[in-house]
Amino acid sequence: MAMNRDEIIQQVQEVLVDALGVDDDEVTAEATLMGDLGAESIDFLDIVFRLEKMFGIKIPREELFPAENLMNNSDFVQNGKLTEKGLAELREKMPHTDITGFLDDPDINKLGDLFTVNAIVNYVEGKLNAA
Amino acid sequence: MRWIWIDKFIEFQSGRHAVALKNVTLAEEHLHDHFPGFPVMPECLMIEAMAQTSGILVGEAKNFQEKVILAKIKKAVFFDYVKPGDTLKLDTKIESIAPEAASTSGKITCADKLIAEIDLIFSHIDQNLAGKEFPEENFVFTADTSVFESLLRDVVSGNARTGADSEQK
Repeated sequence: MAMNRDEIIQQVQEVLVDALGVDDDEVTAEATLMGDLGAESIDFLDIVFRLEKMFGIKIPREELFPAENLMNNSDFVQNGKLTEKGLAELREKMPHTDITGFLDDPDINKLGDLFTVNAIVNYVEGKLNAA
Repeated sequence: MRWIWIDKFIEFQSGRHAVALKNVTLAEEHLHDHFPGFPVMPECLMIEAMAQTSGILVGEAKNFQEKVILAKIKKAVFFDYVKPGDTLKLDTKIESIAPEAASTSGKITCADKLIAEIDLIFSHIDQNLAGKEFPEENFVFTADTSVFESLLRDVVSGNARTGADSEQK
């Protein structure tokens, strides 16, 4: 299913507005799901289901939001920050996110900030293009 | 003790679709206060009835191996009142099901009149928070299913109609 990025952005916006009960204009590209849009873990499940339905793709939960595996592994986290190994794992598991800002201070409490609207659009685009 | 808000399953297609009935009676004491002189079923209890119907459908889909917990009410829209003497038909279907959660959509009707549309998300506790303790009343059904047994009996034994020919005539 060929879709250009703008169409994807619009549909992702619709999903987030429906799932999180926020206004259209709050869903900007850099808006973080948890910080700006108030999403909680249950909302992530809802978002995954809606994205699957809307785009006709399958989304294994660990692909879109793999943070839990990262955070619970002592190889990847030390003193509340991601280690080199952790960062490598992050890059591999979440290529759809932009981690440049995160690299300055890889505090695991800030992992949530990586989940932006843009990251979701990137992920969906990647999946649709691979299909 | 659990408030059971459905009386009987009349249709049950495992993993897909279920229909339950609930008879509303003035013997339900909360109706005397809700409201005095104008007894109507509280919407929150209609949501609970749907949660029990959908929750059992979701739980049975995994053979009751997972604890099923209502996690999010995606949508609950009500169109009309429900009064004592009404028989509600709760019709639910599984929209998506994954190891850690399930999404259902549902409609409540009374004599073909649309009463409510209720969409829910359930979480499978063992996949998400294994090992943590939760109070028993949070779960749609518990290990002690004696109260739900009569409902489940219809489902498990296949007495609730299944299959393509089970549409109400």
